[in-house]
Amino acid sequence: MNTEMIKVRAHARAIEIIAQTLFTVCALFAIFAVAAITLYMLANGIPAICEIGIKDILFSTIWQPTAQNAEFGILYIVLTSIVGTMMAVIIGVPIALLTAVFMAEIAPRKVAALMKPAVELLAGIPSVVYGMLGLMILNPVVYRWEQKLYRGSETHQFTGGSNLLSAVLVLAVMILPTVLSVSESAIREVPQELRASSLALGASRVQTIFKVVIPAAKPGILTAIVLGVGRAVGEAMAISLVSGGCVNVPLPFDSVRFLTTAIVSEMGYANGRHRQVLFTIGLVLFIFIMLVNLTLNHILRRGKE
Amino acid sequence: MTSKIKDGLILGLIYLAAFFTAMLLTGIVVFVFIKGSGFLRWSFLTTVPSILKGTEGIAGNIVNTLYIVSLTLLIAIPVGVGAAVWLNEYADRSRFVRLVEFTTQTLAGIPSVIFGLFGMMFFGRTLGLGYSILTGSLTLTLMVLPLITRNAQEALKAVPDSYRFGAVSMGATKWYMIHTILLPCAMPGIVTGVLLAVGRIVGESAALLLTAGSGYSLPKTGDGIFHKIMESGGTLAVQLYLNMSKAQYDAAFGIAAVLICIVLVINFLTEVFAGKIDTVKK
Amino acid sequence: MRTKISDIKIRTERLNIYYGTVHALKDITVRIYANKVTALIGPSGCGKSTFLKSLNRMNELTGGVRTEGGVYLDEKDIYSPQVDMAKLRGRVGMVFQQPNPFPMSVYDNIAYGPRIHGIRKKSELDAIVEDSLRSAAIWEEVKNRLGQSALSLSGGQQQRLCIARALAIQPEVILMDEPTSALDPASTLKTEELMKILRTKYTVVVVTHNMQQAARVSDDTVFFLNGELVEAGKTKELFAYPRDSRTRDYINGRFG
Repeated sequence: MNTEMIKVRAHARAIEIIAQTLFTVCALFAIFAVAAITLYMLANGIPAICEIGIKDILFSTIWQPTAQNAEFGILYIVLTSIVGTMMAVIIGVPIALLTAVFMAEIAPRKVAALMKPAVELLAGIPSVVYGMLGLMILNPVVYRWEQKLYRGSETHQFTGGSNLLSAVLVLAVMILPTVLSVSESAIREVPQELRASSLALGASRVQTIFKVVIPAAKPGILTAIVLGVGRAVGEAMAISLVSGGCVNVPLPFDSVRFLTTAIVSEMGYANGRHRQVLFTIGLVLFIFIMLVNLTLNHILRRGKE
Repeated sequence: MTSKIKDGLILGLIYLAAFFTAMLLTGIVVFVFIKGSGFLRWSFLTTVPSILKGTEGIAGNIVNTLYIVSLTLLIAIPVGVGAAVWLNEYADRSRFVRLVEFTTQTLAGIPSVIFGLFGMMFFGRTLGLGYSILTGSLTLTLMVLPLITRNAQEALKAVPDSYRFGAVSMGATKWYMIHTILLPCAMPGIVTGVLLAVGRIVGESAALLLTAGSGYSLPKTGDGIFHKIMESGGTLAVQLYLNMSKAQYDAAFGIAAVLICIVLVINFLTEVFAGKIDTVKK
Repeated sequence: MRTKISDIKIRTERLNIYYGTVHALKDITVRIYANKVTALIGPSGCGKSTFLKSLNRMNELTGGVRTEGGVYLDEKDIYSPQVDMAKLRGRVGMVFQQPNPFPMSVYDNIAYGPRIHGIRKKSELDAIVEDSLRSAAIWEEVKNRLGQSALSLSGGQQQRLCIARALAIQPEVILMDEPTSALDPASTLKTEELMKILRTKYTVVVVTHNMQQAARVSDDTVFFLNGELVEAGKTKELFAYPRDSRTRDYINGRFG
């Protein structure tokens, strides 16, 4: 009897140890994944920098990867990603924030309940679908603006609407649901008493929202914006369909190439050094994203304290 | 009274923004369905493109999508949930935990193109899996892992400690307590995470284009179901992208309509399970 | 003497409040005198907080509220449609149960109300901030940390800060909804002292659960039960010689 009990114990202990080991291995997975991705991005991205020279890649504007004397300057590509993301944030964030305020503070409960699944749907629509809609709906409109603006111009290369502006508008729409839903829940989490005391001091509803509620929800709203930036920087397929694809100075009505679109549109046929440079572009993108992530981590950690 | 005018103006802006958002969604959905509805018929869903038969269906892409979704989840669910269990039940507040949480969050923020590049080089080249459904699935596993881990972790956090003490006080071992009490209680949250992952996989295109390629044929009956995973295969979203770049807009709208239907179903199911989480908490 | 109309700061006439189908206050007619502390007592859910909030129309923030009857501030009906809500709440300030400073600096918390009401000049704001903090007996404790976050203050300090914030809009009436229930005994005592000082300049109405507190700080007491007014009068008389048996049972701690 006694020995049997000990045996069962030993058996159970073995299972315990196995379970714990397996769970720990699962937890290690994320660390390995990030480490491996970082390693691979560095290992594949750095060779081109060494061979061509950092100046001729990062700070040169001439991109002729398949020419006889190939040039691999990605400065315009980097600038396009930065400018495009900034413009998308400038357009998308205010709309998202105001809509979040509407849903959390102003809309009757029923309207808010109706809008919530709508926003979730907006967030769930695949990015290629956004690209498709951008190409079908937005491009013709933007082309009309372009024609009006540059009528008679002899230097402007007409893009047919496939340009930075179209890409920015698509990005703005794509970050909308992310920024909206994260900042909406941040606004909802502001304690009711803060609103009550502001109103009790004679503030109007709008004053209360902008002077008390939004400042109180600031960490959450910042998180939302950073997530939006991350999504905009990393988006590839949607904008590859609407941005044209020439390497140019990022001006609204010029055909442009982003870091992400350079990779997806050329990886299929690139080889040799061209391919290596595409990995360098990937590395630059990766570094941007890591900066965004570190910012996010910083905000989250400060929010906890 | 200028403050009243200012208030009114701001309120006007808020209504305008909300109206814009609502219109945006309605516009997108209506537009896609009007353009794509002509394709939402049985033959579109059950045939593959063939000049001989004159068909242009998406059956191959649907099968590819199903393969990639199941294969990805097969790996991502155990690993993701396992990591969540470790974080919530085994780990103390050490630097190691912080590292796991930080890397999980980092993984969530990495754009799909980067996953694509990594998957192409690591799984495709280093491990020699080439452009295949398997390479694509392994790549997507990394991508959806944070979604599953985070949701499972939240769900585990919500299980009251009294359950844990109750089980352990009756002599249950930790593993027994986890798989009989904690995991069942956390199930709605875990399922929510899985559904979000399915949505992400179905909508993914950039990472898959670089890893799984664009095959659209149906599995051959003689090869068995495992042969297929070593072949290249484009999902619905990838096919949509290819159609767009080849200016085959009509079929693209058909696929878009199918994708939006899938998203609607996933969101509905998520809502159902999220509702269950709420009732468990009460 | 006490019926002289100029002494009455607020009076309600047959005030009825419904939350949906719930009849929360029934035919309440009360007089609240200027420069006195009036305590509202009664068990939980008796309607005392609802009554308090009806005095600056804060109860309208919850949906589905219907108010009948009148509330008169200096003989003006505050429920008349012409009333400007901002002005009303500027005259009738409020302090809540939980100290709830805004997540900004001490200074900005106090200056919040004045700024809302249009005061922009730095020197003026400085004066108001100092005055209010002095009146709330917290100036000495915070004068060197006006720029720090108000959330860094202790619970008791936060509540006095909130009182100062209410004073900064220079109200005539201050409503307090169980202002000490979340505070430790020492902070409670300080807040009670403050109430007594405040009545020299303001009319104070305080909801309290604590009988001793009502007895200590108030001049008049109103006892509510199940949405009805059971008894109202001078605190000393009401506590010593309650006319209604329910009042006696309540103040003796038989229920509540």
